[in-house]
Amino acid sequence: MISFYHVTKRYPQGFDALKNVTFEIPRGDMIFLTGHSGAGKSTLLRLIAVIERSTHGKIMIDGEDVNKISRGRIPYFRRKIGFVFQSPRLLMDQSVFDNVALPLVIAGYSRRDITRRVRAALDKVSLLRKESAYPITLSGGEQQRVGIARSVVSKPTILVADEPTGNLDPKLSREIMLLFRQFNQFGVTVLIATHDITLIRQMRSRVLTLQNGSLVFSNTTDFSSTVDNGQ
Amino acid sequence: MRNNFHSNAVVHSKKHSFRTAANRRVDRRTATHGELIRITQWLGSGAGRYLLVILAGIEAFTRPLFAPLKRILRKWAAWHLQVIFSSIGKLAETPLTTLMTASVIGIALALPAGLYVLLENAQEISHGWEDTAQISLFLKIDKTDDDARAIARTLRKHPVLERVDVITRSQALAEYQQLSGFQTLFNALDVENPLPSVLVLYPAPAYTNLIAVQQIVEELKKRDDVEIAQFDLQWLKRLYTMMELIQRVILGLAVLLALGVLLIIGNTIRLGIQNRREEIEITKLFGATNAFIRRPFLYTGLWYGLLGGVIAWFLVSVFFGLLHGPLNRLAALYYTDFPPIFPGIDTLFILLCAGGVLGLVGSWVAVGWQLGAIEPS
Ligand SMILES: Nc1ncnc2c1ncn2[C@@H]1O[C@H](COP(=O)(O)OP(=O)(O)OP(=O)(O)O)[C@@H](O)[C@H]1O
Ligand SMILES: [Mg+2]
Repeated sequence: MISFYHVTKRYPQGFDALKNVTFEIPRGDMIFLTGHSGAGKSTLLRLIAVIERSTHGKIMIDGEDVNKISRGRIPYFRRKIGFVFQSPRLLMDQSVFDNVALPLVIAGYSRRDITRRVRAALDKVSLLRKESAYPITLSGGEQQRVGIARSVVSKPTILVADEPTGNLDPKLSREIMLLFRQFNQFGVTVLIATHDITLIRQMRSRVLTLQNGSLVFSNTTDFSSTVDNGQ
Repeated sequence: MRNNFHSNAVVHSKKHSFRTAANRRVDRRTATHGELIRITQWLGSGAGRYLLVILAGIEAFTRPLFAPLKRILRKWAAWHLQVIFSSIGKLAETPLTTLMTASVIGIALALPAGLYVLLENAQEISHGWEDTAQISLFLKIDKTDDDARAIARTLRKHPVLERVDVITRSQALAEYQQLSGFQTLFNALDVENPLPSVLVLYPAPAYTNLIAVQQIVEELKKRDDVEIAQFDLQWLKRLYTMMELIQRVILGLAVLLALGVLLIIGNTIRLGIQNRREEIEITKLFGATNAFIRRPFLYTGLWYGLLGGVIAWFLVSVFFGLLHGPLNRLAALYYTDFPPIFPGIDTLFILLCAGGVLGLVGSWVAVGWQLGAIEPS
């Protein structure tokens, strides 16, 4: 589903944030991306969302060569991907319902479909009763859940999250990870960047570890030792 | 006299047209009835049946083509309606700011519009003065009064001239003596009458426009019994030229102010885009096309322009409303009266069009300029 072949990303200032990274994530997988601060996790996710373009190498996502996507195609390409950010990045002047509805409105769904799907997504993150509230009135965890509902409401094939639990307490973090796991079980390919090692250990998923822009570890089974190595 | 004749003619022609209209209506009714019968007959015939079969075929063939098209259109309309309502709602949330911006646009539009309406009315009024056009024909001094009457007779046959008055030499002298008070002087000097005969020509209503009159004058000047052919409305011609000049000035002013409106709307939209930068980035991340992001801003620009147009119309109306009283008092001094000047619905329409187009163009430029620079991060 997501394949990187010898991908290098050099920022205009001349800094190589990713160096010769190669990996492959099969459809329906749930993968954690880890590494120290500044290792290049966010950069990797930005390449997937075509926010940045790679300097060298080839990136294939859902059968599309990302480097060859035209500017006009980018919006439609991005509709295949749901994003969750560290800060939820909600629209503060719009209700929870309208925030979650955004991807559907963009894609041009009918009013009836929008209502049905938004309710379903909000129900999944147990926030249905808050649908007409404004984000300001929600707690940090609730806001993050609204962001997650927004990212899955249009049923993307890929879900990308950049430190979704960055500023949440451990219990809430676990709940949110379980939520991602649920989506994964519905067939969504999930890629989560985090440096929460304990959480990764609990989740028992495959891990990609970056160090100074290079992929140092990619494992599927024995994670307790590798994560320690990655430290 | 002329007025009387005019109104008679109007009444007559009205009666006439009424009668013919009634006739025509009856004719048409019978005609359609006849056609209907003919069409049904024709449909029953072979050729008609063929045509029906072909039409049905086309219908069946195009239905699967048009159904998705209809669906797309309906979806498209729903999108636009949604954006229309939300953009109006956003503007209504901050009524004072909206009204202030729209007022600036309104004032900028009202200035050239008001001047233009004023000019148009002045033009209309001065066209009315053309009716008073008259040509004074000073005959050569050796022409006698009888000669003058003879010339008048031939001129009267000219279709261009409605009336020809003769002022004989003696009449001219009497008039002059009366006006100047030199009655006794001429008698005392016992000189010969120094004044020529004068013919006063009134062009027919159809020929009172300046160019036609000018032509008549040129023609008359060529006659060898004419000393001077003088057209008394030279000043009107100068006025027209002046008006043309003023029209240019107004046009230039309008272009400048339109540019100002573009800048106002462009800047307002630019600020709106900057305030919603984060929102734009997020919508882009979730797959919004540039058209999607542009749409609410274009509508906002359009609303500003239209609102500005309405305000401009209101301002112009108020301005002329205030002007009406003094203008009429002035007119009363000249023993005429001005019809009340009021910017009509056509002016409103033009103002709305101008405002709308400027709003769209201004926001289009602002959005096009800014949108490329905003990419999600
Ligand atoms: N837009 C940019 N321009 C230049 N350099 C950048 C840019 N974004 C990131 N970098 C650099 O690239 C490197 C990797 O950054 P990145 O954000 O991918 O790290 P990260 O793994 O997400 O770190 P963190 O865990 O702190 O979020 C960093 O050293 C950073 O300084
Ligand atoms: Mg990061």
